[in-house]
Amino acid sequence: MVYDIIVLGSGPAGLAAAIAARGRNKSVLVIGNRWQDSPLAKAERVDNYPGLPGRTGPELLEELYEHAAALGTEFVVGKALSLLAWNGFSVTVGSQIYQGESLILAPGVIRTAKFPGEAEYLGRGVSYCATCDGMLYRTKPVAVVGLAPDAPQEANYLKRLGCQVVYVSPNPPQTLDPGIPYVKASKLAVKGEQTVTGLEADGTLLPCAGVFILRRAVAPTDLLPNLATEADTIKVDRNMATNLPGVFAAGDCTGAPLQVAKAVGEGHVAALSACAYLDSK
Amino acid sequence: MIHFDTASFEQALDEGKLIMADFWADWCGPCMMLGPVIEDLAEKYEGKAIIGKVNTDKEGELAMRYAVSNIPTVIFFQNGKEIDRKVGVMPPDVYIQVLEQNLDHQQPS
Repeated sequence: MVYDIIVLGSGPAGLAAAIAARGRNKSVLVIGNRWQDSPLAKAERVDNYPGLPGRTGPELLEELYEHAAALGTEFVVGKALSLLAWNGFSVTVGSQIYQGESLILAPGVIRTAKFPGEAEYLGRGVSYCATCDGMLYRTKPVAVVGLAPDAPQEANYLKRLGCQVVYVSPNPPQTLDPGIPYVKASKLAVKGEQTVTGLEADGTLLPCAGVFILRRAVAPTDLLPNLATEADTIKVDRNMATNLPGVFAAGDCTGAPLQVAKAVGEGHVAALSACAYLDSK
Repeated sequence: MIHFDTASFEQALDEGKLIMADFWADWCGPCMMLGPVIEDLAEKYEGKAIIGKVNTDKEGELAMRYAVSNIPTVIFFQNGKEIDRKVGVMPPDVYIQVLEQNLDHQQPS
């Protein structure tokens, strides 16, 4: 099925966009992490959301989620790994492909910082997708840099394929196969000659042929290389339209203030603009 | 569009023409997403460039030879040599740009 609108991000901006678009009877697919994994879920008390003082972050998120779901929004839990703007928009999550006529980017704060050597060795040992590239590393030593809740499962998958996996992350992982060695480290650098030869983790070199860097989300600028940004925020106009036709953005990704009220308002506007875009086609 | 094996790939290299080869596999979602773009370009550039796909599962030797470590990877060849490669799913314009730039340099056969 081709959705009218695909929303990337399941925080307040993405959920508010879904609610507004469902109110206009557009089909909506939200792709994102579980709402429980949103940074807002850690907020013990939110006092500046108009009309609803004293709610917790999880309460606000759950109510937004339930509202969007009750209106018929569809959800996919996972990470948008790649995106293609061609005959509409296609997004891959794992090995699944989802299609939409328009796109709303609501991924939260954009993190574009990369590790030293990461960009240099992309395509020569650095990978962002265990399911895509794991088979090319069968029997070889690989390091998994786990920066996302689902990273241990991806490491386990690589081990099952026959890779010799070492798992590197700042915090001990849950659900990691006990047969996979864990290295606690946060200062990382990819090392190589023509191709990757190792990962330096807090000063110690872990020799490997591949480094799988698994973050919570792929930056929108990596998904859409032509997307216009300014100081790590997505450039939008008053209609929350980006420089790309049919692509809108809302919430923390467009800049400060990083607050729920602003995110919700922008999500609402982005959805109405996406509806207007669809109706004008 | 050509599904290359080692023999047909060698033959295309020997001809020296502009080649665009998409290294892919059917377990890879991004590869499946890019597939229709490659097919469309193969149709549009028929007779000008050789555009085809290399299934890394079946043609592991070709993937190894060109050190393909991520898929999709699209590699361009001219006069039998690699001239450019694009890793991951790119906007179609990126592939078109490489094709157009190098078609300009191609000797009329």
